Amino acid sequence: MKEVETAKVISQEAFGGDIYSLWLDAPVTAKTAHAGQFVSVFTNDSSKLLPRPISLCEVDHENGRLRLVYRVTGETAGTKQFSLLTEGETIDILGPLGNGYSEFSKKPILLGGGIGIPPMLELAKEFAGQGLAKEDISVVLGFRDAAFLLDEFKKVATVYLTSDSGNTGIKGNVIDGIHQYDVKGDALYACGPKPMLRAVKAEADAKGIPAWISLEERMACGIGACLGCVTETKDVDDHSKVHNKRICKDGPVFNAEEVVL
Amino acid sequence: MINTEINIAGVTWKNPVTVSSGTFGSGMEFDEYVDINKLGAVTTKGVADKPWAGNPTPRIAEVYGGMLNAVGLQNPGIETFCSRDLPFLQKKDTKIIVNVCGHTLEEYLNVVDRLADEKVDLLEINVSCPNVKEGGIAFGVDPHALNEVTKEVKKHAKQPIIMKLSPNVTDIAEMARAAVDGGADALSLINTLTGMKIDIERRKFVLANKTGGLSGPVVKPIAVRMVYQVAHAVDVPIIGMGGIQTAEDAIEFIMAGATAVSVGTANFYRPNVTEEVVEGIRNYMERHHIESLDEIRKCL
Repeated sequence: MKEVETAKVISQEAFGGDIYSLWLDAPVTAKTAHAGQFVSVFTNDSSKLLPRPISLCEVDHENGRLRLVYRVTGETAGTKQFSLLTEGETIDILGPLGNGYSEFSKKPILLGGGIGIPPMLELAKEFAGQGLAKEDISVVLGFRDAAFLLDEFKKVATVYLTSDSGNTGIKGNVIDGIHQYDVKGDALYACGPKPMLRAVKAEADAKGIPAWISLEERMACGIGACLGCVTETKDVDDHSKVHNKRICKDGPVFNAEEVVL
Repeated sequence: MINTEINIAGVTWKNPVTVSSGTFGSGMEFDEYVDINKLGAVTTKGVADKPWAGNPTPRIAEVYGGMLNAVGLQNPGIETFCSRDLPFLQKKDTKIIVNVCGHTLEEYLNVVDRLADEKVDLLEINVSCPNVKEGGIAFGVDPHALNEVTKEVKKHAKQPIIMKLSPNVTDIAEMARAAVDGGADALSLINTLTGMKIDIERRKFVLANKTGGLSGPVVKPIAVRMVYQVAHAVDVPIIGMGGIQTAEDAIEFIMAGATAVSVGTANFYRPNVTEEVVEGIRNYMERHHIESLDEIRKCL
């Protein structure tokens, strides 16, 4: 039986701009985890019942560790509690959940926007692990303002920067980044806000290449039962028998072709 | 000798614990988290005669001590249910309660008729979902409509019927009497309470549907009170639910008059919670030297 794992905090780091990085010792969850999947993270506050779905930023299979990089969404938010955790404290997680990225191309372009940036790191590492050279893994990142995780990305990929403020890289979004830096590749892999994913889908269509996009939605269970986090699909889905797929269970990564954004 | 068995309309469950419709899918998604064989019964997600797409997203909002949902009874329809979901449940050592939904009386009856020859133990008729406009709650808040739909369903049903009551009424006892007069073999309550949450930063409703059903520990005192009222108004077995997350919660419902109990929202945040509740009820019985739950049922 799969069960909730009590993970131990190894370290917590504040990146600024409400972004935090948490390394967890979670050997059971880490064992099978891969890029694009997420974990349900539980608060210690019994008034906040539902777990928070947080994507995996890095998986250290060897040492059984997970890295979560997340945004604190408010002073009373569950994520605020996560940000207060310190070394040695514990937190309950369930996962890995969802399907993650499963189609690997030879010259991928990875696109991360805002808090959609962290999962791109594990994906870039997985591409590198498959033998792709740094020059063949392009990563275009769209920050609000200041950059984070840059050193980690630069170890495995060629990195192009953009930001809303213009303080990091060019002023603009990740699509502007692809065009202005003239980034070339044979597939797009993206995580970010919905307007960005719509633009990614259009860009893939224009280029005639596939796009793999990671979606998010409010969820309750995270395991495919509550039907809270559905996304509209082009065709009738085999599980639901309607034009809905479950983001938590059937995704969160989808071929952009199959979903209606 | 402890005996946790209970009986609902002639169907004996090994223990009084089931799951609330919509919180457990048709069991399949929970198979890797909980031993379904340990449950007294599984209550399925509501199924209609045809696939339903449900409501737009966001469908879920967390609130203090609970949650709102406006899923809108998305379901794959009775044919897929019978060919895919039912065979899965039939392999488990547990009773099967199929939750039936519809927009019109005819749609309810289509499902009830289709299930006539299926190996299903009980039918739960959902006349109380607050998230669908027609059918659903329209039947569940008017005693005359509830009485009529119960009568018609009872005429068609081959299995005993449980009418699931809405708490969104002035007098729950009157609704219970209307259902029992119509021939309900058992009652289940409470369905969710209609609620609303507003995002003050964006000045928008959090749920696309504006309103949603409130569930979770926050509703438990209301549910216990309503089970108590209904237990003293009618003489059919009650499946009590609303915010149950521990065996102690379940015992409260039994003392209020419930024969069985149902764990709902807690499945979402503790996927193996039902096993804990089953185990906890047995421990309580041991601790208090109770051989049968009849000894504490409706003891107040």
